[in-house]
Amino acid sequence: MSEITPEVVTHLASLARIALTDEEVVALTGQLGAIVDSVAKVSEVATPDVPATSHPIPLANVARPDVPGPTLTQAEALSGAPEAADGRFVVSAILGEEQ
Amino acid sequence: MSADLTRRTAAELAGLLAAREVSAVEVAQAHLDRIAAVDPDVHAFLHVSDGALAAAADVDARRGDGEPMHELAGVPVAIKDVLCTLDMPSTAGSRILEGWIPPYDATPVARMRAAGLVPLGKTNMDEFAMGSSTEHSAYGPTRNPWDLDRIPGGSGGGSAAAVAAFEAPLALGSDTGGSIRQPGAVTGTVGVKPTYGGVSRWGSIALASSLDQVGPVTRTVLDAALLHDVIGGHDPKDSTSLTDAWPSFAAAAREGLDADSLAGLRVGVVRELDSPGFQAGVSQRFHEALELLTAAGAEIVEVSAPHFEYAVAAYYVILPAEASSNLAKFDSVRFGLRVTPPGGGTVEDVMAATREAGFGAEVKRRVILGTYALSAGYYDAYYGSAQQVRTLIQRDFASAFEQADILVSPSAPTTAFRIGEKVDDPLAMYLNDVTTIPANLAGIPGMSLPAGLAPEDGLPVGFQLMAPAREDARLYRVGAFLERELERSWGGPLLAQAPQR
Repeated sequence: MSEITPEVVTHLASLARIALTDEEVVALTGQLGAIVDSVAKVSEVATPDVPATSHPIPLANVARPDVPGPTLTQAEALSGAPEAADGRFVVSAILGEEQ
Repeated sequence: MSADLTRRTAAELAGLLAAREVSAVEVAQAHLDRIAAVDPDVHAFLHVSDGALAAAADVDARRGDGEPMHELAGVPVAIKDVLCTLDMPSTAGSRILEGWIPPYDATPVARMRAAGLVPLGKTNMDEFAMGSSTEHSAYGPTRNPWDLDRIPGGSGGGSAAAVAAFEAPLALGSDTGGSIRQPGAVTGTVGVKPTYGGVSRWGSIALASSLDQVGPVTRTVLDAALLHDVIGGHDPKDSTSLTDAWPSFAAAAREGLDADSLAGLRVGVVRELDSPGFQAGVSQRFHEALELLTAAGAEIVEVSAPHFEYAVAAYYVILPAEASSNLAKFDSVRFGLRVTPPGGGTVEDVMAATREAGFGAEVKRRVILGTYALSAGYYDAYYGSAQQVRTLIQRDFASAFEQADILVSPSAPTTAFRIGEKVDDPLAMYLNDVTTIPANLAGIPGMSLPAGLAPEDGLPVGFQLMAPAREDARLYRVGAFLERELERSWGGPLLAQAPQR
């Protein structure tokens, strides 16, 4: 059985930056437990002699000539931002008080 | 006349437009009228373009000036909301991107515009393409034109329903684990997932980058090939885009339509995807289609893919892992929603409050699952093992393609289920993708085309074809032939039997 507890879900949600409600934590604990138990079968056939595939059709060293091309303008880049000022994205404080 | 135009295939409309028997404006207006009439029931569209008639008028003017035009110039197209469009909101079915207008067009969209296709609007989808029913859209479900109480498949239910309801002759979809093919199956339409890298992913809001592929959603195999020819080919903006010179898929489809027989073709039935657990009418129509292939001279061989039973498990590790990483970009800084918690907080508090408010239940589930699968101590057991399973599935395909030129299966285990039936049972929903996921894990192309109606419920059944990587043309050649034989047996297209709306 999986080790998915409400504490694990709360920790994962904090890593994923999602402020779950208590009700969501309860519901997700059960659902994730069932899903994790179900997908755990991948380890049954993953013996050490089998290489991993990260990409279905691998391409190596994809590069372009190092010459400047068209890019978004500053106004275009900021056009979808919830808040922008002086050509920059506006965010809240990045450090908490204790930091 | 107007009603007739919406019943035409894209190839027929192209002929009428080239012969100047109709104008692009008339064609666009007919489809906009149709959308206004049926979309309140079907809800295939999240946004209807206010620029369609102007785009059509531009095509008419250029054609009038004698400018050489692309074959599909003036043919309307619907666009899955996962693709960025300069002139229309692009939300991927999520509240977190509500109203967002991207600063660029996705490459497939840009290529369609350059060819003179006329965008009609953006189609509904499961949020960030996570789902098999379109019930996970933040903007409400799309309904299946065959039965409004049933799902149109997912994640691209909007594109499939738009095409099935004659709101658009062509649509674009994206397929990460079946999101083009399964909606095609349950709506009686055609959907193709190209070879991974065959169509640019630039501007397609990423779900799982090693699995996602953009492709056509249509009513006929030839129309899918025509649209694939427009959107496919190398794009330097996508580093996973293949540099291959692709053949004309429309030529391959026409070759299939004109062929006398399939003599010499080896058709492999994947034993693991011909399950006794599938709905009886699905299996029945699948086997009847096999008989048509046999009668046409094809040799049917049974092939085995023993590791396919691990495919769904591997997929539901790899997809959430990649999605949890891709969706990190929704941080309330650069685009989309921002929710500030009561009393303010740091940027991380704002981020967490925004993602809580902006993501739906399925997205939260998969992001947190992916975070778990990638976390220290679990990475090897889950993500590492899933990537090894991916190798085993590729080997199964390689061995099957030594015995067969093309592989076949039902496109989905059942016909369309009822809205609400599986929405609270994530595992049951995930198993719906058992037939389509292997192709994504291996990067090979797949097609779903209509195989008839299941006798027990009168709903469409899909027939899936799969070819080796880079052999998409084979799907179009065999698919067009089979479609012709099936339509002969039905006395016309399957959609002619759909309820009139």
